[in-house]
Amino acid sequence: MKVVVCIKQVPDTKGGVKFNPDGTLDRAAMMTIMNPDDKAGLEAALRLKDQYGAEVTVLTMGLPKAEDVLREAMAMGADKGVLVTDRVLGGADTWATSQTLAGALRNMEYDLIITGRQAIDGDTAQVGPQISEHLNIPVISYAQNLKIEGDSVIVERQYDDRYHVLKAKMPCLITALAELGDPRYMTPGGIFDACKAEITVWGRADLKDVEDSNLGLKGSPTQIAKASDKVRKGAGEKVTLDPAESVDYIVGKLKEKHVI
Amino acid sequence: MDFTLRKEHEMARALFREFAEKEVKPLAQEVDETEEFPRETAAKMAKNGFLGIPVPKEYGGQGCDPLTYVMCVEELSKVCGTTGVIVSAHTSLCCDPIMTFGTEEQKQKYLVPLAKGEKLGAFGLTEPGAGTDAQGQQTKAVADGDDYIINGSKIFITNGKEADVYVIFAVTGTIEKRGRKIKEITSFIVEKGTPGFTFGTKEKKMGIRGSSTYELIFTDCRVPKENMLGKLGQGFKIAMHTLDGGRIGIAAQALGIAEGALERTIAYTKERKQFGKPIAALQNTQFQLADMATKVQAAQLLVYKAAMAKATQKEYGFEAAQAKLYAAEVAMEVTTKAVQLHGGYGYTREYDVERMMRDAKITEIYEGTSEVQKMVISAALLK
Repeated sequence: MKVVVCIKQVPDTKGGVKFNPDGTLDRAAMMTIMNPDDKAGLEAALRLKDQYGAEVTVLTMGLPKAEDVLREAMAMGADKGVLVTDRVLGGADTWATSQTLAGALRNMEYDLIITGRQAIDGDTAQVGPQISEHLNIPVISYAQNLKIEGDSVIVERQYDDRYHVLKAKMPCLITALAELGDPRYMTPGGIFDACKAEITVWGRADLKDVEDSNLGLKGSPTQIAKASDKVRKGAGEKVTLDPAESVDYIVGKLKEKHVI
Repeated sequence: MDFTLRKEHEMARALFREFAEKEVKPLAQEVDETEEFPRETAAKMAKNGFLGIPVPKEYGGQGCDPLTYVMCVEELSKVCGTTGVIVSAHTSLCCDPIMTFGTEEQKQKYLVPLAKGEKLGAFGLTEPGAGTDAQGQQTKAVADGDDYIINGSKIFITNGKEADVYVIFAVTGTIEKRGRKIKEITSFIVEKGTPGFTFGTKEKKMGIRGSSTYELIFTDCRVPKENMLGKLGQGFKIAMHTLDGGRIGIAAQALGIAEGALERTIAYTKERKQFGKPIAALQNTQFQLADMATKVQAAQLLVYKAAMAKATQKEYGFEAAQAKLYAAEVAMEVTTKAVQLHGGYGYTREYDVERMMRDAKITEIYEGTSEVQKMVISAALLK
């Protein structure tokens, strides 16, 4: 069984966010982490490796420094890493990104493709389903649990107040929620191996069956009017109460706002 | 000369730091208060490979270098000195001598489960009358058929009751050296549960209170001859060689404690207001912090240098002694200053620096006191 996990290096929101003049993120200038939903997806894939001996490949598109996120994934247990990097791919929106990743995936063998539900930088949740469209395979999004049965995958898809159980024949794509599992730590030995391992690096020329008009900033239908870091919504309210009163106060506020 | 860390060391540090922050830090105060060995943390460390970092992969370890191991002890000790020494005693004092002096059978039987973290290790050299004077050993091992019968006791044994495998030293006879009769000391691997091997009192300590420090008692304890580690009479050499490595681990623990105290003090002095401004705005605070940070950095360089010496040199006792001497002194000085800069709050158990100051003291004492380190260093200078 071959699993490809699409992962993304995203800004570490603890480190502050920086923008290019065109409104896109200045990724080179920021502290980065592996996107949390992708990490949960990787954990799910690694559990399939533990259980069924699946081969896990991690795939990312990004700057050359996105190699770091692949090595992190490999230090957690992924077998191979593929980096798609090319200047012509820069500034891609979800459409151009999914086209790029699909172009890379057409060169790869897979039974299951896992992507995170969404990345914390764009929060669109579009790339996974778009990849499945480009590759013409089924998608099950918002997976909170998954298991393999023969040549099918059975997924619990999270819904507002319930979950759906869906079965799809592989190859298929699922988008992962954090509920799939707490990501494991890297191991020290895994780190040493990952740093020695060879990463496959692909450029534009290596992408299969993708038009130039669907790539990079030029291939991105999304136009960013304005981008900003998180903006504080006022100073908030500070009250000093004993613990019991505090609970009542918070519960009252939540009721007032119809949260509970 | 380039002080830039390699990629794998940067990643390993990030791993140890994340683990320490998430898994160890939240329990540090409780571990100190209750004096309970942090078993869950030890199990998590085992699962993540932290108990076999410098052991080769073919023996169940992680196949990393001593610097990676040192960084692990450093980062753990930054948040909890107890957790740091659990790893250090297990790795440096039990895995390392079996790796260095063990037979292939001993490595397969003992080192593999130790390095995988399935078993925990300890080291028994110290006795009531044999501290700095390791030759003062009273524990005896007498050959009897295919076994040795061990009688005696060991004190202040880290990981004491929690360990499964113990590297023990005992007198097996007398030999003449340069016209003087001296004790012949031999090393043995003893398993928990061996008849005649029991535990005495648990020490109530000033610091590292969660580490399980026990007396080991041997009463007609029969150990098979194949459990002799190294050769007959090689025990003193094994002990000294093992302690050279152990000192690097303790130096890393001391370094971590100092770094942890400095980190907390920087944060506190920015928050704490007196005379209408944060105390970090006072020049006394600034100068104290500058001194602390400079010494911590110097200690780190010595500790890392010793770790690199262990990786590349046959003998590294000199580097290890310098690293331990300095890092331990820095740990004591920095934690004391940290408490002072915290004022009255720093004297309470609500603040980590109080625990850190108590934890720091032992690093000047165990695995060779600061005075012993000075003996080692000066002996090398004057030879």
